[in-house]
Amino acid sequence: MKKYLTYLSIGILIGITLFKSEAASWFRIYEMFKFQSFHMYGIIGSALFLGIICIQFIKRNNLKSFYKETIVIPAKEKGFYRYFIGGTIFGLGWALAGACPGPMYVLLGAGFFNILIVIAFALLGTYLYGVFKDKLPH
Amino acid sequence: MDIIFQPWPWYISGPLIAIGMFLLLLAGKTFGMSSNLKTMCSILGAGKKVKFFQYDWTAYKWNLVVVLGTIIGGFIAANLLSSNLNVNISPASVAELNSLGFKSAGKAYLPTELFNLSALKDIKTLIILAIGGVLIGFGTRYAGGCTSGHAITGLSNLQLPSLIAVIGFFVGGLIMINLIFPLIF
Repeated sequence: MKKYLTYLSIGILIGITLFKSEAASWFRIYEMFKFQSFHMYGIIGSALFLGIICIQFIKRNNLKSFYKETIVIPAKEKGFYRYFIGGTIFGLGWALAGACPGPMYVLLGAGFFNILIVIAFALLGTYLYGVFKDKLPH
Repeated sequence: MDIIFQPWPWYISGPLIAIGMFLLLLAGKTFGMSSNLKTMCSILGAGKKVKFFQYDWTAYKWNLVVVLGTIIGGFIAANLLSSNLNVNISPASVAELNSLGFKSAGKAYLPTELFNLSALKDIKTLIILAIGGVLIGFGTRYAGGCTSGHAITGLSNLQLPSLIAVIGFFVGGLIMINLIFPLIF
């Protein structure tokens, strides 16, 4: 139970940050893909800068989790097509709906209920991938 | 205190997202939001027909709890931590969006033309949100991750597949906004 409280708190921190940073705003996504502001690049860039340092710190010090387990970041399997084609398809949707899978839920909490349509159809899209998975290049 | 109620600058937000990822790693988990869609498909019974969804989803309950947290976080941020929800995008973006018909640009958090409940009376709004959703769900699962799993965690871990995926995100986004938006709006 205490574990779940930890996950919930981290989720709340991330949710508040995604909303307050305006990364959950359709307008900011538009502006990003038009290169008309540094804002989103600043968010992603600074998250990466600190993220790389954090992960290197974990690896070099062999840091254990709060629960004394070894921290493993599962490596993504090698490939090109799935990442490039899948990534491009996601990019099309990200720009159209103006939300990616984190901000979707943040917007729901913020009271923008039309996002439920995006979430419901994202479930359908995920299901369709499961159906066609073996026919797609990976 | 006023600083909290204003939109947060990138140099505060970006590092906070990285801290979120770091805390999750310290809690033994990897930051990735799109896999929740797969988990929800499994819970809804997709595994009965499609092998991809046949697995023990209870191992991913923790991630649904993270989702619940982000919903609560969105509620807190919008209702308790904001004095004004308008997103102050660049004047160039406002001008372009106005000419595309988005009069709410610069005056709202999301375009009212797509996200007001009354906008759903227009079938076009429904179609746009639905297609956006399908592309997000299909694309993230195909690519094995979204912004959190690839752009934040994967790139922070210096993984080549994540770099390819993020390049794809941008190819898709640039095509949508520069080539397709002028056709549909």
